[in-house]
Amino acid sequence: MTHAPHPAIAAGAHPFPHLHLLGLSALKPWEMLFLLDEAEQWVEFNRRPKNLGEAKHDNRLAGLTQINAFFENSTRTLLSFEIAGKRLGADVVNLGVSGSSVKKGETLLDTALTLNAMHPDLIVIRHGSSGAVQLIAEKLDCPVLNAGDGRHEHPTQALLDALTIRRRKGRIEGLTVAICGDILHSRVARSNFQLLGSLGAKVRAVAPPTLLPTNIDALGVDCFTNMDDGLAGADVVMMLRLQTERMDGAYVPSTREYFRFYGLTEARLRHAAPDVLVMHPGPMNRGVEIDGRIADDITRSAVTEQVEMGVAVRMACLDVLTRTRRGAKDWPPLLPSRHQEGPLSLLPSRLREGPGVGEPAPSPDAIGQAR
Amino acid sequence: MTPLAITGARVIDPATGHDAVTNILLRDRIIAGLGNHRPPADADIIDGRGLVLAPGLIDTGVFRADPAACHAGGITRIVLMPDQRPPLDDPALVAFAQQMGKPDVWVHPLVAATRGLAGQELAEIGLGQAAGAVGVATGRSGIASSAVMHRLLAYSRAFDMVVVAHAEDTALTAGAVATEGDYATRLGLAAAPAFAESLAVARDIRLAEATGARLHLRQVTTAEALGLVRAAQARGVRVTAGVTPAHWLLGETAVAGFRSFARLSPPLRSDEDRRAVAAAIADGTISVIASGHDPRTQEDKRLPFADALPGMAGAETLLALALSLVRDGTLTLAAALKTMTAAPAALFGLPGGTLSLGSPADLMLFDPVAPWRIVGDKFVGAGNTPFDGLPVQGRVVMTVKGGDVVWRA
Repeated sequence: MTHAPHPAIAAGAHPFPHLHLLGLSALKPWEMLFLLDEAEQWVEFNRRPKNLGEAKHDNRLAGLTQINAFFENSTRTLLSFEIAGKRLGADVVNLGVSGSSVKKGETLLDTALTLNAMHPDLIVIRHGSSGAVQLIAEKLDCPVLNAGDGRHEHPTQALLDALTIRRRKGRIEGLTVAICGDILHSRVARSNFQLLGSLGAKVRAVAPPTLLPTNIDALGVDCFTNMDDGLAGADVVMMLRLQTERMDGAYVPSTREYFRFYGLTEARLRHAAPDVLVMHPGPMNRGVEIDGRIADDITRSAVTEQVEMGVAVRMACLDVLTRTRRGAKDWPPLLPSRHQEGPLSLLPSRLREGPGVGEPAPSPDAIGQAR
Repeated sequence: MTPLAITGARVIDPATGHDAVTNILLRDRIIAGLGNHRPPADADIIDGRGLVLAPGLIDTGVFRADPAACHAGGITRIVLMPDQRPPLDDPALVAFAQQMGKPDVWVHPLVAATRGLAGQELAEIGLGQAAGAVGVATGRSGIASSAVMHRLLAYSRAFDMVVVAHAEDTALTAGAVATEGDYATRLGLAAAPAFAESLAVARDIRLAEATGARLHLRQVTTAEALGLVRAAQARGVRVTAGVTPAHWLLGETAVAGFRSFARLSPPLRSDEDRRAVAAAIADGTISVIASGHDPRTQEDKRLPFADALPGMAGAETLLALALSLVRDGTLTLAAALKTMTAAPAALFGLPGGTLSLGSPADLMLFDPVAPWRIVGDKFVGAGNTPFDGLPVQGRVVMTVKGGDVVWRA
């Protein structure tokens, strides 16, 4: 699938003028689309070999060192980043929390300086505290990719979700996406609000009131506490994982009560659009937030496809973030001011700076969405 | 000891209402003369023309006795929180704390309300008072149990001690690092609702009313809680309220970019609450302004927002930030100085806070319009200020403690 370049990029805007990828709130809509477009080529690449002799290997990151520094446990995201780096030819090193000196009392910034002294070319960081990745990035000389920080952002997850939706539905703009479950503690939800909202989808947050953050509607999201109402007419249903420690009376009374009122079942899914797409960032709690049969229904469920898109999206991000460093051909230089990323702006990018080069003025609806 | 005369300054004493250009004479560590007579021949003379002379500031509820920072900020007496290591829950510790600042800054400790500040068993507050405590404090956090708070307030009456309370509902604020609102939601920070404060304020006011105890709410930061305090004061409850500059100058927007220096307790509030604090200062509901001085090291602050410890270094910026209230018309200069001198002195029964004859020779000279920029790295003490980079007006030129010049700009 190929997409024409966004008018802003065609008119000369830099497709990705950022040193790091810390969150989607700092990106303009065409920068998000650029990453999605870049990811498309890697989807086909990753499906090799179609013919004998086609290897899943590209050398563009050869000689570059990629460190995956995961201060919080992860299986699939770490694996996805490792595979993405290796398929592009990078030397990938993983730093897990168990093997790190963080456990020995070293401060986060000392760890960052230590990593920096090893001259990595790219660092992928996951950390349990909101804002931690930005804090570390300020101390590093190389591009930093946020693989999830606390409840704040998880940009590559949102990008892979968007890529999955766009490949299945052919578009994002105008779709109704219901994000259901533990919104309060979810970085995936926050990144998706930014991304899907910026790209013109109507986004809903569906959760029990105890799991909805306050003022969530300020992010341009419609809130529902009734699952059936929240699913009505939805083109995409994105379920979030409910962590076990939050189920037993802390935020919801019990697993069975949660499943009864907020679990995704066949009956409940009938409220959604007939061609609804069901997504889950994993790992799934079958019988808690999603009925196993729906998860396994390949016509409606995109759960395994999301994992597949994850590798492609991460390959695209690793490639784009290292282009300046590699002196990639036809890659416009980053302006010096862009090297110092300021504090992430909190406003959706479309409203922050108005329409950019070649960007059509936002429709009143889009402004309503973003607000 | 050579007498010291300061001539030609505008002398403001909020306690007596004195406000005129005159000379002041300090002798034997007390204020010996005030008026236009010529200074005695044996006195050292300091020319104070163009400057304002006021009583040395009394800073209520600081967390560390930090003489250098206090002097730079014109502070000569501090009311020390019991949150020390170990907590001031024992008369011996109170007695030690009372001595530790002398002669540079006099420390007036608050005795811990409960053993180990754990909020469970009452500490020896009567013996604490005998050892020099000027009041009793719940510490950084409130007392969760209404029963313990009730007994504390009732018991404190026997000694007529003021109870300094931190008013936030401990269960609602557990784990929270921000106020619920747009910014906390966008940044993904664990947040507590703003009404966590008014719940605690309502409870504590009711208990003070029931027991007749004296209650000082160290920081009241929300419109709703200020309304409760205002109403209680109107019906005669013995409740006073304080605040620090952060809560009328900064709002939740200051935490954008995860600036951990803006991690405070209570957390920064909405803009509406911020304006309500200024209004409550204007109408006198809030009578005490304090720095909340809580110096932190880089190790405590250069952390992800939620992991950083709360608190700000405030002693050096207290005067300049409080003077912003004068420039925006909220308070007169004398009224602004009163919140940091006569008001805390009256609340805790301290000597000082006035320039009346015979009172301690604690005073400061400041230039009310001198412009400067707050730069944490240039502070005498710790630099964890959320106001880094802010241009301000009003600078302390000289601090005199007990007749000795202890600091000059």
